[in-house]
Amino acid sequence: MLARAVTFALVGLEPRRVEVEAHIQGSKTPSLTIVGLADRACQEAKQRVRSGILSAELEFPGSRITVNLAPAELKKEGSGFDLPIALALLAASHQLPRARLAEHASCGELALDGRLRRVGGVLAVGEGARRAELERIICPYEACAEAALAGVEPVGVRHLADAVAYLRGELEPPEFVVGNGKPRRRPLDLADVRGQERGRRALELAAAGRHNLLLGGPPGTGKTMLARRLPGILPPLEEEQALEVTRIHSVAGLVDPDHPLIGYAPFRAPHHSASTAAIVGGGPRLRPGEASLAHRGVLLLDELAEFQRPALEALRQPLEDGELVVARAAGSVRFPARFQLIGTMNLCPCGARGDPGAQCSCSAQRLARYRDKLSRALLDRFDLVVTVPRARALELQAGPGERSDPVRSRVVAARLRLAETLPKRTRAADELLTRAVERLPLSGRGRAKVAGVSRTIAALAASDAVLPEHVAEALAYRAPTELATP
Amino acid sequence: MIVLRRRELPLLLRAIHDPPARLYLRGNGDVAMLARTAVAIVGARACSPYGAQVARMLGRDLAAAGVVIVSGLARGIDSEAHRGALETDGHTVAVLGCGIDRDYPAAHASLAQSIAERSLIVSEYEPGVEPAPWRFPARNRIIAGLCAATIVVEARERSGALITADFALEEGREVFAVPGEITSALSAGANALLRLGATPLTAAADVLESLGIESLPDDRAATDNPLLDLLPATADELARKTGLAVGEVVATLAELDVAGLVAEGDGIYRRLA
Repeated sequence: MLARAVTFALVGLEPRRVEVEAHIQGSKTPSLTIVGLADRACQEAKQRVRSGILSAELEFPGSRITVNLAPAELKKEGSGFDLPIALALLAASHQLPRARLAEHASCGELALDGRLRRVGGVLAVGEGARRAELERIICPYEACAEAALAGVEPVGVRHLADAVAYLRGELEPPEFVVGNGKPRRRPLDLADVRGQERGRRALELAAAGRHNLLLGGPPGTGKTMLARRLPGILPPLEEEQALEVTRIHSVAGLVDPDHPLIGYAPFRAPHHSASTAAIVGGGPRLRPGEASLAHRGVLLLDELAEFQRPALEALRQPLEDGELVVARAAGSVRFPARFQLIGTMNLCPCGARGDPGAQCSCSAQRLARYRDKLSRALLDRFDLVVTVPRARALELQAGPGERSDPVRSRVVAARLRLAETLPKRTRAADELLTRAVERLPLSGRGRAKVAGVSRTIAALAASDAVLPEHVAEALAYRAPTELATP
Repeated sequence: MIVLRRRELPLLLRAIHDPPARLYLRGNGDVAMLARTAVAIVGARACSPYGAQVARMLGRDLAAAGVVIVSGLARGIDSEAHRGALETDGHTVAVLGCGIDRDYPAAHASLAQSIAERSLIVSEYEPGVEPAPWRFPARNRIIAGLCAATIVVEARERSGALITADFALEEGREVFAVPGEITSALSAGANALLRLGATPLTAAADVLESLGIESLPDDRAATDNPLLDLLPATADELARKTGLAVGEVVATLAELDVAGLVAEGDGIYRRLA
């Protein structure tokens, strides 16, 4: 007897339809074989499916069973195939109606006691189901809200027995709650940062213009503290963007079951020991990397110069194109990665440089090697470069700084202005820029960056034109000569 | 490539007690340049932003007054002095501790190229000779020998720049030292020279005066910007002292930077000149 269930395998973020066929042959030797390019976790489904079915007090057919995952050429990965395999098997052994099963998509991992466990990528599976014009998806109950985002009707089940009861028409799908898209934890507030006016200003500019920001300075001056407060002054995401971000986080298995929609700019801060694959994505299972998880949000690389150089260089492509292409012999996979890059670094390997109270002990070669870690090409991607000096004791005694809320309002207003019309430079502003290019070591790309930042400054000042003072301030955020020239 | 034999060497260099047997020259500069009034600017490779700014300013101002700037093409102070001279289209001579066909350090290949375009790169070693640590002190005697005066900008104790200053003193040439913070190891060498009787250098005009050269009037836009009197300081400190928004402060400082009046290093703004 043959039965089919439908699920979707993910290639990168793309769902591909997979038919799970179960065939039972009358035979004296009971066996279960899974064919169709299933990986290790998928092969192990045999044990989970057997225990799950028995725990649900259903009958496990004592004959020769073949499960085929079609198309056979597509690699199937992970444990999400447990539920469709179990359902197809039960349908093939006449324990549930086959026709009704074929109208549903399904995914989920089985526990040995028959309960269902969440898997990653339910949103993408749901989207696949919608495109395949399947109206309902049977999924673990915790993933209901996530599946609903895809525009399909989720049937949340907690146990394999529930899924069977539902397909037999004995049980209605339970209610579920959709979250509000707000972050669970309040973002860190800028009020915690005392002094550091210049750093705060740079952060505001970075937020308003979506500029990449490099914060330099001796250790303990608050570079990381500032950088971590960027998400708190970013505007919320638009609906389409929120879905994009949620899809990526869903595939990585990182969504909050109660509030699956990520309606705010994500923030990722990988450790500097991260491998290239961890940052740009890939690996045997083709998972999105940190750069993609930071899509539409912030990627903070703390201690930039400590990262492996290949990992840093790999970021140049997404910084340019807004997406990552992981190429494989079998084809390539695209992950969106339009993030804002924030880097922090000390001015020298020992960290004392720039600190009036300490002596730097780095040799010229050591210093040059440290700075060579950042290629000119990567350094060029930072629109704003600011050195954060050590705050004086006086500043630390001062009251709290401005809170994030008013800053965010200014950022939102500036973004609206920039979206409407780009402010143009006045003649005097143009002259200052030309003079600066002649006088300072400023490359063509450097000039373009200054022009871009000056537009953001004008927008924040609610000015319709870019005035000379806006260009002048933008010039103050260019890369310092000690980083620009070896 | 030109080779000068011992009796063709410029007078000052021939006068030292151990003049080189030969001097190999590369570049489009006139050989007569070596006979013109020259000043050596030397110092630490791992210099501070302050040292780098001073070296560049001195290189620029002295070259603008017609003095040839001599240095060793090393990282830090040396390269800043060369760059300062090139900025005003002045002349600058790089003395190498290896063959003149070797760009050492490799990071300064393009700097060497711009020096060769209008000035000279010289060495007593034949083309092809590799750089070696023991050749650098010998190279320093040529730097000091070519010059009427030697300026030490920033140097640690037992720095190569002090060897250059020693050669200059032995030959009875003028030695200037730029005073530094007494707590900084980077200034220990220059301050030690001052204690031993070197002339303190506070402006390019000090050197020009001792060489008997009339200094050029400063053609930089005279400005009475009140921020200049508060330097050196960070942008945050200036904002607090003046009550201006930090954006306005850095905008003003950037304009002064474009005008060549201030420079930023490690977050601290300093006055130039």
